[in-house]
Amino acid sequence: MSHAAAAGGDQRLAARVRLLEALVSRSDATDCTQYALQWLREVLGLTSSLCLLKPPGEEALFTVGAYGLPGTAASRFTVSLEDWNNPLVAVLTSREQTFFRSAHSGADRKRRPSTPFEDAAFHVVPLYATEPNPDAFGLLLIGGNGQLPVELPWFTTLFAQKLAQVLRQQALTDGDRRQGRERSLLYNIINAVTDPILLTDTEGRLLIANQRALTLFTASEEESEGRRGAVRMNNMLLSSALSSKAIEETGAARRELLLVNPADGSDLVFELLSTITEDPRQGSGVVSILRNVTDLRRASEEIEENYRRLRIAEVQARAESDRLNLIIDSVADPIVVTDASGATSLMNEPAERLFTVPVRASAPEQRWVQANDAHFSSFIAGMLVSADQRRVGEIGLIDPKLGEPLPVEAIAGKILSDHGELTAVVTILHDRREAIEKGKLYEQLKQASDELERRIQAATSDIAHQNELLRRQAIELEQASALKSQFLANMSHEFRTPLNAMLGYTSMLLQGVAGPLEASAKRHLSRVESNGRHLLTIINEILDISRIEAGRMPLQLSRFDVPKLVAEVKAELEPIILRSKLAVSVDVPKDLPQLMSDRQKVKQILLNLLSNALKFTHQGSITISARRNARDRTMALSVTDTGIGIAPPDQSKIFEDFRQLDNSPTRAYGGTGLGLSICRRLAQMLEGTITLRSQVGKGSTFTLVLPIKGRR
Amino acid sequence: MKPKSERPRVLVVDDYPDAREMYAEYLQFSGFDVIEAGNGVEALERAADSDPDVILMDLSLPVMDGWEATRRLKADRATADIPIVALTGHALAGILEGAMNAGCDAFVTKPCLPEDLVKEIQKVLSSASSTKKNRRSGKYAKTNG
Repeated sequence: MSHAAAAGGDQRLAARVRLLEALVSRSDATDCTQYALQWLREVLGLTSSLCLLKPPGEEALFTVGAYGLPGTAASRFTVSLEDWNNPLVAVLTSREQTFFRSAHSGADRKRRPSTPFEDAAFHVVPLYATEPNPDAFGLLLIGGNGQLPVELPWFTTLFAQKLAQVLRQQALTDGDRRQGRERSLLYNIINAVTDPILLTDTEGRLLIANQRALTLFTASEEESEGRRGAVRMNNMLLSSALSSKAIEETGAARRELLLVNPADGSDLVFELLSTITEDPRQGSGVVSILRNVTDLRRASEEIEENYRRLRIAEVQARAESDRLNLIIDSVADPIVVTDASGATSLMNEPAERLFTVPVRASAPEQRWVQANDAHFSSFIAGMLVSADQRRVGEIGLIDPKLGEPLPVEAIAGKILSDHGELTAVVTILHDRREAIEKGKLYEQLKQASDELERRIQAATSDIAHQNELLRRQAIELEQASALKSQFLANMSHEFRTPLNAMLGYTSMLLQGVAGPLEASAKRHLSRVESNGRHLLTIINEILDISRIEAGRMPLQLSRFDVPKLVAEVKAELEPIILRSKLAVSVDVPKDLPQLMSDRQKVKQILLNLLSNALKFTHQGSITISARRNARDRTMALSVTDTGIGIAPPDQSKIFEDFRQLDNSPTRAYGGTGLGLSICRRLAQMLEGTITLRSQVGKGSTFTLVLPIKGRR
Repeated sequence: MKPKSERPRVLVVDDYPDAREMYAEYLQFSGFDVIEAGNGVEALERAADSDPDVILMDLSLPVMDGWEATRRLKADRATADIPIVALTGHALAGILEGAMNAGCDAFVTKPCLPEDLVKEIQKVLSSASSTKKNRRSGKYAKTNG
């Protein structure tokens, strides 16, 4: 190689080094391009050149530098990449260096692009880097007709590498700036959303949260304990919701999440919508959107409740309607519902029998049904035109089956709507036949009852009259009885007064008051005396009976000793006892209680019993005994003799008035026959009894039984 | 006033003469001094003027009955101490009580034989004898004073 050549070689090498250093020190595409184009003219002698670059994200080639060309035209030159017919675009796509001849040569048919070179010839060299993206990103246009210098490929490679680097760097910077803008925009957007939005990692840690979410899930140390507690609670609730979500791993899912409002502690209901996002750089996370459905939930609950009520009301209404139908059907009385125009809208079965023509109806049956219908229609028509709310009337229908008159009582009521509009008339027909029948029966019954009452009244007044008569008779009888008693008492007094004198004088004569008497006179006077005494006894006994019967024998109750009374009785009859020569003994226990009774009357009874015993006993003995019966609190006073005795058939007779067994005028025994009768009456007065045990020829025992404590 | 003998004096009051005289005769026969009265008023007069030791008083009397006469005799201090034996044919209940309430000292039911009556009078007199002296002295004391 020549010296010149060698010297030229060194120069060229130095130029290359200069270019390398210049490009390395520059980081801007425009700077790099302008230096490179200047280097091309100075070192390689290329007088005019232009560099086009496609900025990242742009679909066009822009001029970044030009040399040896008209200024404005060159700097404003652009090529749209969408202009597929432009040969420059084809060069960029094909990456093949292309030469475009001068427009004046005319020999080349190839289409020329419009460039700042205008008609002059020029070369187009594609600019591309091998790594990482082999696509061409720019074009280097070099004016001239001749061959391109040999160093140009080296330059192009270096230049393209540098531009690719610069462009890549620029693209990165631009991308970062844009990403920052987008991110802040995104933040603004999600913060503007009123629903809490969260991004959590797989462990549930909060990565991103909007403002609404922050108030729910974060709290600073300065905030109140209540608020921090609510936040802790919310975090726990959320992470548990998300972890279960993580288990499911079925993509987006809507669930309900109950949280606490940290501001006031109230319950908040959220709908949780979670989505797993895959981020190659940061791994997977969960994006959760919470929608506050608290109010929605309340509203929906209300709606549910209202719906439920509506259902119940509907069910009730239906049941009511069913029941109504059942009632209408079960009522034995015909019921007809008519609408406002008078047309029948509903009737029960009994009504149908009256107003509808049966399938195989006879001619009269049809006629009767029509007659019924006409009667009823006129009743309803009257009801419809009247202002009455209710109407009761009688309709003379006919039983279509039997052809018999069927008088009914029609009770109609208007049914009005809420607006007071007539919607229906309900009429119940009540069979009057029974009522009429009942009325007739009632009338008959009433007549019968009246008649009965009249009779009863007549009978009552009759009875009253008779009662009055009886009352008067009773008074008269009472008066008569009293008069009788009074009469008898007076009579006995009147009887006894002269008898007293007769007996007295007889006694005095017998005592010799008037001087000594002859034996026969004395005997005669004794007869007078004994008959007088007998007469006195009779009078006394009659007096007693009449007193008892008139109720004028009052009781004088007192407490007295029985042994003393027995002794008195025995003493009074002592003369007779001595005459009879009978042994009269007394058998009274020492511990006998006192008797509460009428002492005088008990004494009278005992006197009577003892004198009877003395009278009817000819030999043997008489015993007066007293025994107490503790069980029924009575005392038995008995007089037992060994006398003639009384035969059983006669035992009840002896207590009758004026009875002596021997009724002959020449009877052997004296006495009035009133003694036992009086004794029985007296015993009854004293609530006691007198009984008899006797055997003919052996003797008798008369027993007086008295209550130990008499009450009367 | 009739001078008083040693015999006890009995005033017999009865409206039935046969009975009254019979008792009087028998009482005299039995040793009594006897004064008679036919009704209650006479009985009061005789009691006042003849100072009897005992009065036998029938209760049913005309003019003034025996109960009333007894009440008046017992009401008068001069005659209050004279024992009275009531005598009646009315053995009806209540009579005895009425007689006792009126002031009678004993009670005898007619018919009553003279000898029974005398026994009753003797009984009354003997029970009254213990107080007789006092009564007399009291009476005189009053009369004198």
